[in-house]
Amino acid sequence: MKSSVITFPGSNCDRDIDVALKKFGFKNRMVWHADVELPKSDLVVLPGGFSYGDYLRCGSMAAKTKIMQSVINFAKGGGLVLGICNGFQILVETGLVPGVLLRNKYLEFICKNVFVKINNKHNIFFKSLEKDILEFHIAHNEGNYFCSKDQLKEIEDNDQVALYYCNQNGDTEEQYNPNGSIKNIAGIFNKEKNIFGLMPHPERMIDKSLSGEDGSLFFKNLINNLK
Amino acid sequence: MIVSEQIAIDHGLKKDEFKKICQLLKRTPNITELGIFSAMWNEHCSYKSSKIHLKTLPTKGKRVIQGPGENAGVVDIDDGDAIVFKIESHNHPSFIEPYQGAATGVGGIMRDVFTMGARPIANLNSIHFGSPQHKKTKNLLRGVVHGIGGYGNCMGVPTIAGQTSFDSSYNDNILVNAMTLGLVKKNKIFYSKAAGLNKPIIYVGSKTGRDGIHGASMASANFDEKIEEKKPTVQVGDPFTEKLLLEACLELMTGDSIIAIQDMGAAGLTSSSVEMASKGNLGIEINLNNIPCRESNMTPYEIMLSESQERMLIILENGKEELAKKIFEKWNLDFAVIGKTTNSKKIELFFNNNQVASIPINTLVENSPVYDRKWKKTKMPRRNKFKKEVFKNLKIIDVLNKILANSNVCSKEWIWQQFDHTVMGDTIQKPGGDAGVVRIHGTNKAVATSVDSSAVYCWAHPFTGGKQIVCESWRNLISVGATPIALTNCLNFGSPENENNMGEFVECLQGIAEACEYLKYPIVSGNVSFYNQTKDIGIKPTPTIGGVGLIKNYSKMVTMEFKEVNNIVLVIGKTEGNIDQSIFARYILDEKNGPPPEINFFNEKNIGETLLKLIENDLIKSAHDVSLGGILTAISKMCIKGNKGINLKKPKLLIHELEYFFCEDQGRYIIEVHPNNLKTIKNILDKNAVHYDELGTINDNNELYFNDKIKVAIEELKNSNTYWLKDYMRK
Repeated sequence: MKSSVITFPGSNCDRDIDVALKKFGFKNRMVWHADVELPKSDLVVLPGGFSYGDYLRCGSMAAKTKIMQSVINFAKGGGLVLGICNGFQILVETGLVPGVLLRNKYLEFICKNVFVKINNKHNIFFKSLEKDILEFHIAHNEGNYFCSKDQLKEIEDNDQVALYYCNQNGDTEEQYNPNGSIKNIAGIFNKEKNIFGLMPHPERMIDKSLSGEDGSLFFKNLINNLK
Repeated sequence: MIVSEQIAIDHGLKKDEFKKICQLLKRTPNITELGIFSAMWNEHCSYKSSKIHLKTLPTKGKRVIQGPGENAGVVDIDDGDAIVFKIESHNHPSFIEPYQGAATGVGGIMRDVFTMGARPIANLNSIHFGSPQHKKTKNLLRGVVHGIGGYGNCMGVPTIAGQTSFDSSYNDNILVNAMTLGLVKKNKIFYSKAAGLNKPIIYVGSKTGRDGIHGASMASANFDEKIEEKKPTVQVGDPFTEKLLLEACLELMTGDSIIAIQDMGAAGLTSSSVEMASKGNLGIEINLNNIPCRESNMTPYEIMLSESQERMLIILENGKEELAKKIFEKWNLDFAVIGKTTNSKKIELFFNNNQVASIPINTLVENSPVYDRKWKKTKMPRRNKFKKEVFKNLKIIDVLNKILANSNVCSKEWIWQQFDHTVMGDTIQKPGGDAGVVRIHGTNKAVATSVDSSAVYCWAHPFTGGKQIVCESWRNLISVGATPIALTNCLNFGSPENENNMGEFVECLQGIAEACEYLKYPIVSGNVSFYNQTKDIGIKPTPTIGGVGLIKNYSKMVTMEFKEVNNIVLVIGKTEGNIDQSIFARYILDEKNGPPPEINFFNEKNIGETLLKLIENDLIKSAHDVSLGGILTAISKMCIKGNKGINLKKPKLLIHELEYFFCEDQGRYIIEVHPNNLKTIKNILDKNAVHYDELGTINDNNELYFNDKIKVAIEELKNSNTYWLKDYMRK
């Protein structure tokens, strides 16, 4: 399986996702933001970081780069796109997934482990994953997902919510919401479920010496689904 | 403008210093030259009051590749790998403008590290604030934390450890010390020494603006009521540009284009160019019209003294200009050839085809003033005699809850959760333990690092306090299973012109030097920050030690949380019960005087090395050094982190249980061991003459018991420990 990770100026989780993808069997290539053409890929990843310093608005400038036009075309043709953290913010800015990401409640950056509940397994990202609740890791300042009421209804009607913040038992009360996201939303699909944006970093959970190993489950499952 | 003595004084120079400048130049300097002298001769850059004392520090060791004198120190961690590290202060700017002051402190120290060719792999910070009740404290704390996070998070370098304290002596002069560790191949270290004639000097990074002019002089002055007017001297940080600069520099460093490289830190273009020329015993010629400027009509004076951030000065091999230019353009950074090396041994500046400065380099460096300041010895305070009746009214659980919620003991989670501590995917021990640990990417090795200071002990008796912080640093590294290698220090003190403050400096340094010598734990880099005071009152002396240790096989790393029910808990090292200067004495008994705990070097080394041996043999399940708040505080934190309870037995004692459990006697660790290993461990401890007390057994009912009677839920202790800071900040 071939994957491509886009490096924007200010991306800083590009190496981390490269390590993770390779560990679970992807042949990964790093793609520079100023390139026009996307290499042939089964998966494109927009990594975490602070593309363009998060200036203007997180993800807004990266969304306008040359390579992103190719990524948009790839995604619209049904190609698989994963946006993690800043990558999710970029996806939102391109309009590939609905909604916006506001500053966290309390206006503080948050770095910690969280639990997320998988809402929808009828898609290539989560199909056949045994667990329903995963322990992931977040590290962001602008992860407070927001959308209009109408949008929310549409998202829910189309089963586009991928992940909810929860506790270890899967309860999704407000107290388990780390950043103020509407309805505890941690990740979103597009309608067709080939584009997935999430705030947590599965690539930081791929080794028992790190924060945990539920990221390994995610990537292993993903590559199996792609095979 | 004709430079008068008064103008020199306004630049922070003393009358006789100005006289010396005129003698050295054999003329009166012009205003640009005066600016350069004032920048190079101020305390921050010249170390004029500290130099003679710093020379006494032990700086050599078998793993030391580079000691003090470069951008940062370098130590060998085997297999051709080396760690570059340094700590630096950004105290004054952070008090004036907490967000930018702290942010640029972090940016500056990272530049010092990647200037040497190392990719930063870990950040730490030591931050000290006034009393929580003081009106400025909350805003300063919030601003500093946001500033450190704002810069470090954007750079993608994990902040893995730190230290925070509150003390009224910092009410009007907070401390912000930032430390960075970087990883480099031993044969690819870059230095700042210029070499060769007619080599192109290039300027890369951000444009030069009017920010930060005279920042270094401001850092060397006292605060007064006009402090707000000094805001424009604080630099403004741009972590995005620094991230690009990091990647661009490391890309250029893969080749052999660079002869020397130096970041523009304090005193900007002035100190970077002068230092490079001085080290190479060369001259330097710069055309100021070629400097990329952010604002129009900047004068030579402003250009030379600007402290705009994210800039580097590089001396290239001839003919490499195009190659270098391409790399910096790829990263959207300014690039300009601004001058060349010469054999004049002078710094010569040109602007609009006129020579605007010509100063012999040696007058700025070797001939800078050196002072042997007057200093006063601190007497050892007399011990307090505490009457046992005082203890009678105290319930041990109440005392424990109060200590756990004390601002200096409580969990600092509110702070470190705002720092990305897991980016780069190699953090195997997060903040909140004894030391942060990161793996060396792709290997079985890891480095442990911690930052420590004990201002209260240093204030009570500087010599003992100096010894204590080095030992504490060493202990924190050993607690996670690392062999201590070397350290960096940030020496935060009051005015060197005040003989009490100077005495604190001299005696702390003597203590530090003795401890480093004994423990074979050399100092490879550091920074001195004087004039930390408002009006005439200095801060408590706060030397900060940043330690680095090596774990050869990270599967042997130890953490502090209790692991398994029925395991036995011991304290190793002797408990004498001296409570003077402990959190217990100062906050529960309200006794602020008395001597700090004593240091016994032999025991310190012996116990530490024995514990390392036990860890090496997989005999230790968890470990934690005993520091602020004593044994019971340490055990409570291990229970909280591990979500386990403990049945404590009160050892047979001659001292009162409050003294036993809350004293801060040094050289002690709490260890958790499996019952099957207990005999072996006791044998090893006995053989090495290490004292130990058995304290109890871990239970699964999440409660802490004393002699099966008094009990408290771990949840209650956790609440005491966790919520103080969060509540304080969010109220």
